[in-house]
Amino acid sequence: MSETQNLTIVQAVRDGLATEMALDDDVVALGQDIGANGGVFRATQGLQDEFGDQRVVDTPLAESGIIGSAVGLATGGMKPVPEIQFSGFMYPGFDQIVSHMARYRTRSRSRFSLPMVLRAPYGGGIRAPEHHSDSKEAFYAHEAGLKVVIPSTPHDTKGLLISAIRDPDPVVFLEPKLIYRAFRGEVPEEDYEVPIGEAATRREGEDVSVFTYGAMTRPTLEAAENLAEEAGIDAEVIDLRTVSPLDREAIVESFKKTGRAVVVHEAPKSGGLGGEITSLIQEEALIYQEAPVKRVTGFDVPVPLYAMEDYYLPNAARVEDGIREAVEF
Amino acid sequence: MSTIERDPENRVQVLDEDGNVVGDVPDLDEETLRSIYRDMKLSRHFDERAVSLQRQGRMGTYPPLSGQEGAQIGSAYALADDDWMVPSYREHGAAVVRGLPLKQTLLYWMGYEAGNDVPEDANILPVAVPIASQIPHAAGLAWSWKLQGHDDRAGICYFGDGATSEGDFHEGMNFAGVYDVPMVFFCNNNQWAISVPRERQTAAETLAQKAEAYGFEGVQVDGMDPLAVYKVTQEALEKARDPDTDELRPTMIEAVQYRFGAHTTADDPTVYRDDEEVEEWKAKDPIPRLEAYLRNEGILDDEEVSDIEASVEQQVDEAIDAAESEPRPEPEEMFEHVYAELPPELQAQRDAFLDSVDRHGKDAFLEE
Repeated sequence: MSETQNLTIVQAVRDGLATEMALDDDVVALGQDIGANGGVFRATQGLQDEFGDQRVVDTPLAESGIIGSAVGLATGGMKPVPEIQFSGFMYPGFDQIVSHMARYRTRSRSRFSLPMVLRAPYGGGIRAPEHHSDSKEAFYAHEAGLKVVIPSTPHDTKGLLISAIRDPDPVVFLEPKLIYRAFRGEVPEEDYEVPIGEAATRREGEDVSVFTYGAMTRPTLEAAENLAEEAGIDAEVIDLRTVSPLDREAIVESFKKTGRAVVVHEAPKSGGLGGEITSLIQEEALIYQEAPVKRVTGFDVPVPLYAMEDYYLPNAARVEDGIREAVEF
Repeated sequence: MSTIERDPENRVQVLDEDGNVVGDVPDLDEETLRSIYRDMKLSRHFDERAVSLQRQGRMGTYPPLSGQEGAQIGSAYALADDDWMVPSYREHGAAVVRGLPLKQTLLYWMGYEAGNDVPEDANILPVAVPIASQIPHAAGLAWSWKLQGHDDRAGICYFGDGATSEGDFHEGMNFAGVYDVPMVFFCNNNQWAISVPRERQTAAETLAQKAEAYGFEGVQVDGMDPLAVYKVTQEALEKARDPDTDELRPTMIEAVQYRFGAHTTADDPTVYRDDEEVEEWKAKDPIPRLEAYLRNEGILDDEEVSDIEASVEQQVDEAIDAAESEPRPEPEEMFEHVYAELPPELQAQRDAFLDSVDRHGKDAFLEE
């Protein structure tokens, strides 16, 4: 048995980065305030002391520059791990993400692949100012050439981050900052991979499948437990972990078992992953369907400032309502 | 004082418009000088044929380079074999010098993904169409050499005058200065960003002076003087490799020149610029200028010029034949090179589409 540590998600990010940087000299981390400051969330705390300022690099304040120079570093044979301080600040670098990071393999006929991991804390619930709470994973999931990973446990965070760094293709790695420090979990000290593209069943159930990821995994599990106790509803909770490529098989298999589905995400409803999952179920498992697929999501509004933020984010109560509607249809 | 340490308004020139020597001629042997001339003629002829192919419907939209041969060929000759070139989308001439077959350039603009097949030993990053976005890549690429200890490698990054208005120009140049990377930023100031003149891109006196804001040197060169361009680029690359203790590795070169034709074949420049202006710049044409110098020096004569013209025509003919003989790509190629490993959903999309192609036949999908 390997040794484990009891870590939070943000500590698991740090541990994953440190583990892979120690194993692979080509890995460089770059971003604003990630050096001496250790990142605004301390995800890179102490890494500069450990690996030096050539491998853990404080950059100028420039998102396009950070992502674009990481594209260049990757063409030169490095494995850059750029950090954008908040996912809501990725937009100035959006052109680099979709025009270059996603398409370099295609454009160069695989002469260049970009083994880079673009990390950013994402999502709401931490009482942050405007733009700091966005949940726009659908932008990146819509973009061919990218993989989009969103962990929800410390164990997965380290394993998925290591997989992402080792992946020959570019990965957008969105870290749910609401649960950066919400709980701890056992994390092996050694290096290990959690495969990209594989969902995890967090709770087995027979009555309804609930598909979620990131910070919403917690209120979803809470709702499932409440309903099991109060209403005898046995919900299966699937944590997608990767939103592109989706684990379509896991989604379809769970749905075939239960015939009912709820999708929970904090991103806006329209054009979100919920629609994609609903379509997938229609395409692959229509004859198993017992009820319309229910989406419990954020609203099609900018994430409100924090006095109203709690109304925006799906919570266990809303998830319970969604599950009941799917089950009682 | 080196050539590049000067006021950015003090433009470097070696040959005047008539090919007379007005500056320090770079140390190049006769064979190289003839070769520079030949590659300029090749680029011009290729360009004329490419525009004509587009007009005949044999090629898609194409960005012409005529007028910019001095800047492209002169700068590319300054690169060493291991150096890299980071192009925009108009560097067909510079790319040939670096070893990209003309056929590839034709295929790319004929809409063939195979046009992106760059020979392994041609150190060229792929064509970048979004303006200025390749500048941060160039900074990052050169930064990777520093991190990996490739001390002798340097690169050149091409972009136009319009690119200097973009955020990525600023961000890439700023990164290059902060990390002191061995990259030469080569601005092809051809006076017009589609229809907007250089004066409407910036209120700055010169583009070269922008380098000062990033802590390194900027130099303006007559971009229609291939020898001046060579000289400036060669010195900038030398500095990138081996700077003095008090100087940074990057340089920004502003090569002042003119695009004789349209921005692309989809553009009509007669709408926004005067014939008079075009004629003024045509008088500065880099090709007759170099030819006059080489003839004066006894390096070229009528016979050699006509031999070069014949061989250039033949080379372009062959490239066009080869490109036009390229078989149409198979539909499954669309799904290649997106990921290292095809994700299951994409595999399913591909398989369903190929079934459909099998059922209906390829012709049912093609609009001729």
